[in-house]
Amino acid sequence: MTVAQFSQWLQTPGLNHFLLISGILFSLGVFAILTRRNAIMVLMGIELVLNAANINFLAFSRYTTGTLDGQVIAIFVIILAAAEAAIALAIVLNIYQNFNSVNIDEINQLKD
Amino acid sequence: MTIDLFTLAFYLFALITLASAAVVVFSKNIIYSSFALLFTFFGVAGLYVLLMADFIAITQIMIYVGGILVLLLFGVMLTTKVISVDMRTGTIQTLPAVLVVSAMAGVLIGIFWTTDWKVSPTAVGFEKTAPRIGEMLLSTYLLPFEIASVVLLVALVGAAMIARREKKPL
Repeated sequence: MTVAQFSQWLQTPGLNHFLLISGILFSLGVFAILTRRNAIMVLMGIELVLNAANINFLAFSRYTTGTLDGQVIAIFVIILAAAEAAIALAIVLNIYQNFNSVNIDEINQLKD
Repeated sequence: MTIDLFTLAFYLFALITLASAAVVVFSKNIIYSSFALLFTFFGVAGLYVLLMADFIAITQIMIYVGGILVLLLFGVMLTTKVISVDMRTGTIQTLPAVLVVSAMAGVLIGIFWTTDWKVSPTAVGFEKTAPRIGEMLLSTYLLPFEIASVVLLVALVGAAMIARREKKPL
């Protein structure tokens, strides 16, 4: 790919551009999930991953099929993200009451 | 060389999304991370608008920013000792994570880049999506829609149940 082609590619955002953004966002989210000690930071990483997946659904819905099926699936992803956040926060609060800490490397038993 | 508005908006929202996502992931202060997540959600909502998903973009702002982010902030405030200890959170296993994530990102972006996607040639204009999404939710996707409502109900009741303080057994 020559420089002129690359410059042309940069000037016309299409499917590949959105996929690139979502790929980077997904990797950042997985990095947060893997490295952070705080359980709430892990949850934020999961939200980033879900957002990246949603960008993919919408990009394919817009550029390849032209129907709205991808958008309906994106709504279901958002619904499940809301349910997941509520449950996970409740579990984190419970863990905090029991262990006085939410660092996931210190929580190593199911009951105290 | 002219740059049209769509291109400009795309790069603006992409920059907002990726820069604030980097702050979320790499910031040591969990409060900074939470607030950077706000800008990530707004940037992603902007990208949704550029993908002709106006309804999803508003849903994103209402549910993620209005619901999930507030919930996460409550979690941060309730579980971090704001006064006594500073809110820095450590990282673990950084080097293996860097290796795994960079390998995964390389594979993902390589696949995205090299695949010859069947892009539909017809350029569709911006249109209102909410009526069509509503029709699809009540016809084609009726069963998943009802199941999702039950899942939400059960999840919220369960969350309230789990988070309640335990009473002493008699």
